[in-house]
Amino acid sequence: MDLIAEGIAGALRLLIAGDREVLRIALLTLRVSGTATIISAVIGVPLGTAISLWSFRGRRRLAGFVNTGMGLPPVVVGLWVSIFLWRTGPLGFLRLMYTPTAMVIAQTIIALPIVTGFTMAGVGQLDPGIRLQMLSLGASSWQLLSILIREAKLSVLAAIMAGFGRVVAEVGASMMVGGNLLGQTRVLTTATSMEVSKGNFGFAIALSIILVGITYIINVILTRVQQQ
Amino acid sequence: MKAGQAIIELKDVKLKRGSRTTLDVSSFSVFRGENVAVIGANGAGKSTLLQVIACLLRPSKGKVYTRGQQVGTEITPFEARRRMAMVLQRPYLLDATVFDNVAIGLRMRHVPENEVKARVYDALALFGIRHLAERRGRSLSGGESQRVSLARAVVLKPEILLLDEPMSSLDTPTRIALLEELGRIIKKTGLTTIYVTHDVTEIPFLSDRTAIMDGGRIIADGPVRKVLHEEMRCALSQLTRAANWLIS
Repeated sequence: MDLIAEGIAGALRLLIAGDREVLRIALLTLRVSGTATIISAVIGVPLGTAISLWSFRGRRRLAGFVNTGMGLPPVVVGLWVSIFLWRTGPLGFLRLMYTPTAMVIAQTIIALPIVTGFTMAGVGQLDPGIRLQMLSLGASSWQLLSILIREAKLSVLAAIMAGFGRVVAEVGASMMVGGNLLGQTRVLTTATSMEVSKGNFGFAIALSIILVGITYIINVILTRVQQQ
Repeated sequence: MKAGQAIIELKDVKLKRGSRTTLDVSSFSVFRGENVAVIGANGAGKSTLLQVIACLLRPSKGKVYTRGQQVGTEITPFEARRRMAMVLQRPYLLDATVFDNVAIGLRMRHVPENEVKARVYDALALFGIRHLAERRGRSLSGGESQRVSLARAVVLKPEILLLDEPMSSLDTPTRIALLEELGRIIKKTGLTTIYVTHDVTEIPFLSDRTAIMDGGRIIADGPVRKVLHEEMRCALSQLTRAANWLIS
């Protein structure tokens, strides 16, 4: 119990004092996970809608691929992104290993199937009559896509929230491709993990409070948008 | 458009679903100002016919023309669809205000917003629902929703308005009121229409020509009185034959 009390007291001291290191880690977390979520939403929402709407060759296989990707372990993603970005790897010439960009790539790969899969399910639940009605009123393919995404707004925003929740909480991939470098690639999850291994619970609790706080605020904002 | 040219023309159109032929129409044309009712039992192919005309279904065989242009070669299905508007059995309103629901087709066509406003309010007034403009589409009653759906199609000033049993989900008093209203609006605006129904009593409200469908084929087509008279004679003779068989 003392450990927890001391940890919380230490966390409060760090938060009240506005520790620069904690702030830098929190901002990098937002930047990396926010960018990955935005990229996943930009690709995943239209992709999920298209898979759900149109029949084309390999549609079922693609849907199965997306559904499998929803449970992709972050360490597996971290491993493969590392292999590709490694100095001697196929994309090694880009020199992205141990940079925030590498973390964004890994997190996008993790979030994309989640956003795509949930969007696919949400749009799939819309009445097929809406599609027929909009086409008969003269909607182009893009207009139809945009109308159906708006109609499935609740599911689409839930998909984005789920994607953000997954990447902001993951440790494995960020640790592997980012390296947890102080001031460069250290994010809330990797920092918390490291501080716990050092027995520095105060700092770890402060980081965890910020992590939960960020997740809560982002979800409150998205929920407001969802319910408008 | 050339004089005497059909707005819609179907030639040797067949549609197969698996091994079953769901539509088999050798010739069917609709000219400007005509109000055609298509009747038939459930599964007769009425809605399929309408969806082929609306370029929502591609026929397995045959040609569809709009204003003399062949769909698929001289004009794309998308361009052809932009000349028409369709009202379905259920209104399928979007999760938006009545105004935005009625405006959707105009906005799809990038009509300037001041013109959208004027045309939407005119269409709402035409169907007596101007007071509902700011209400959410999904909070309306069945009759109100179908009025919105009709206004959403009429506002586009389509060359042909396709109506796929739009009254079938309404209660009788609402249905009759809306049929009379729609009949008046069609006369006032001079719209060309194809009205699909399985209810013979709805025909006089909205049409001057009737086509009867059975098993995917058009088995009769002509002026309402003539076609219905012929049908009634057939039905009576069938009834007489059945009665004679029972007695004997």
